[in-house]
Amino acid sequence: MPKVRVTISLKNGVLDPQGRAIHHAIEGLGFAGVQDVRAGRQIELEVDDSVTDAMLDEMAVKLLANQVIENYRIERVAG
Amino acid sequence: MSSFSAAVITFPGSNCDRDMAVAIEQVCGGTVHRVWHGDAALPEGLDFIALPGGFSYGDYLRSGAMAARSPIMRAVIEAAGRGVAVLGVCNGFQVLTEAGLLPGALMRNAGIRFVCRDVALTVANNQSLFTAGYSQGQRVTFPVAHHDGNYFADEATLDRLEGEGRVAFRYAEPVNGSSRDIAGVLSEGGNVLGMMPHPERMIERAQGGSDGRALFASVVRGLVAA
Repeated sequence: MPKVRVTISLKNGVLDPQGRAIHHAIEGLGFAGVQDVRAGRQIELEVDDSVTDAMLDEMAVKLLANQVIENYRIERVAG
Repeated sequence: MSSFSAAVITFPGSNCDRDMAVAIEQVCGGTVHRVWHGDAALPEGLDFIALPGGFSYGDYLRSGAMAARSPIMRAVIEAAGRGVAVLGVCNGFQVLTEAGLLPGALMRNAGIRFVCRDVALTVANNQSLFTAGYSQGQRVTFPVAHHDGNYFADEATLDRLEGEGRVAFRYAEPVNGSSRDIAGVLSEGGNVLGMMPHPERMIERAQGGSDGRALFASVVRGLVAA
């Protein structure tokens, strides 16, 4: 069944406390050179062939992403 | 008003719904209906709807996101559009922003930690339906208990909210990283208020104070005057 991957990330300029905490933890482990960390979310959907790009976009806008703070990217991946 | 009629919505994972109902009963009087999130319709003739605190749907996806799309919220949005007073506290505030009834979003606290303590607030606008019983700039104490209370909106939205007097409460000192220390926001029509601190937990001395009473009393007085 076709698979769809929706990647949700915080918009630029939106403070990401989780990303910052992960960044601190990476540095705490002794890794140098990491300039910034942003945490996001990935949602995978298994869909029928009848599910159109427009429907996927509507799902993202209505539920999966909050466009006040988040961007989303929809990809169809080989399933 | 002959009989004040209110509804408290319970979502799966709400945990302040009873406190909210008791606060409304004690301060507003009248009838408090308890409404389940899966109901499609609200009781007829409501004056006031309250969305309580809690962790609806386990905060899955985003705090308030699932609850905002539950069947009853279509009726709440419709009622808010007709001018019915709507109060969302804590998770209820998150639900109101997710439902598009209030601008902005509530993000993870800037300090990452869950914050659970009494906080000092100032009344930023005492000309609203919910705050008329306070004096302008009055300092009040309400408890907060949240992980995602960091109010975010873009600069243009924040300027508009401040310009239109739609910031109802501010934190007297930083609590969770909220933009411009905003603790409570009003809708454009002024009949919807969302706030992270809990006025329903400051109703009587046994709770540590009664600063919350004036908020509920303001709603009753405002509706009688209208």
